[in-house]
Amino acid sequence: MNIDSIKNGIVIDHIKAKNGMKIYEALNLKELQCSVAIITNAKSQKMERKDIIKIDKEFDINLDALGFIDPDITINIVKDGKIIEKKHIEKPEKIINIVKCKNPRCITCVEKELDQIFILTDKEKNIYRCKYCEMRMN
Amino acid sequence: MKHLIDIKDLSVEEIKDLIEVANDIIHSREKYSHKCDGKKLATLFFEPSTRTRLSFEAAMLELGGNVIGFSSANSSSTSKGESVSDTIRTVGCYADIIAMRHPKEGAALVASEKSIVPIINAGDGGHNHPTQTLTDLLTIQCEKSRLSDLTIGLCGDLKFGRTVHSLITAMSRYKNIKFILISPTELKIPEYIKEEVLKKNKIEFKETKDIEEYMNDLDILYMTRVQKERFFNEEDYVRLKDYYILNEEKLKKAKKNLCIMHPLPRVNEISKEVDEDPRAAYFRQVEYGKYIRMALILKMLEVH
Ligand SMILES: [Zn+2]
Repeated sequence: MNIDSIKNGIVIDHIKAKNGMKIYEALNLKELQCSVAIITNAKSQKMERKDIIKIDKEFDINLDALGFIDPDITINIVKDGKIIEKKHIEKPEKIINIVKCKNPRCITCVEKELDQIFILTDKEKNIYRCKYCEMRMN
Repeated sequence: MKHLIDIKDLSVEEIKDLIEVANDIIHSREKYSHKCDGKKLATLFFEPSTRTRLSFEAAMLELGGNVIGFSSANSSSTSKGESVSDTIRTVGCYADIIAMRHPKEGAALVASEKSIVPIINAGDGGHNHPTQTLTDLLTIQCEKSRLSDLTIGLCGDLKFGRTVHSLITAMSRYKNIKFILISPTELKIPEYIKEEVLKKNKIEFKETKDIEEYMNDLDILYMTRVQKERFFNEEDYVRLKDYYILNEEKLKKAKKNLCIMHPLPRVNEISKEVDEDPRAAYFRQVEYGKYIRMALILKMLEVH
């Protein structure tokens, strides 16, 4: 696969196989008024199998959501059929309203209008904790 | 300091200051009896906890201040579906400082994000209860004259007991602290406390089921009760609740200057005969609780 089919837009590459749909949902891509292609299980030189998402439009991506789901992906910004920018992302320090706290004793479980906030408390071990009850999410 | 939600919000230095003020209050109570004239403390207890509420209210009254508030969710607007933030904003118009207890974890942090007056977390579910930990620290300082070089035995429910987890976290910042963790297998200290607090800070600890095994090493013996609400079935609770009963017989090998603590209320884990033992510090601990809350209120209201 290549990216020739897109003139102006975004290609999210090097997605770990099976993470493609998660990202599709987290970024709420079904709401975009443009064509979106998800390629799953593509062969890759860097990795065994990967997913790729092509979006035929430029828009502000929620980088925190992406970094949280899969920090190893590459974001290519395409203009006039060429990649003009490659972005690598990092694990976000804080993620907001991407996942919900599963602790039934947490205040966010009763007060639904509160933001669901998770903080990266251990970078090496990739541990996120609920800002409010401090329960580990992963 | 704006709010006190978690004991970790306080530096070692700030804790030292609080303990110094509390000590001064103990020795010259008269001096403090009008420090908070005209100030109001609101005690917002979304779940009942009479002991904690009375301690806060007695503290404020002894400083010359006044107290308003409620003692259960039924009597508050929560029963009408009001959010914590809205309640806090409203009460902030009436009170200078708020002590709040809530059954849900993280509720005090939510409150502090919207509050215009200082919030003291008086317990948020099984999560934090920083004034209990401050009480424990003042008790240790007053009874042992130091917060370092201590061997501390923690006995009972080490799995669910937040008091124990906070105390370990707080004490691990002082020099040469050793822990003896005494519990039945089912109520052992969680792995994350061992990994993230004890091992990370290179703190020596031993685990045992036998309360007498290291008795003669202990400077402090901190007893806890097994809480019924933590168990899914009655059987487990009944089997474990009387696992440890501290009595004079078991204290035979203990040091003459051991300090026996308990956050109270107790059930059966300390026999009544121990109450008369001069090493029993748990009723003095209640009193220390009031003095440290007085010091905290002064600090948070910036009264000198
Ligand atoms: Zn939570």
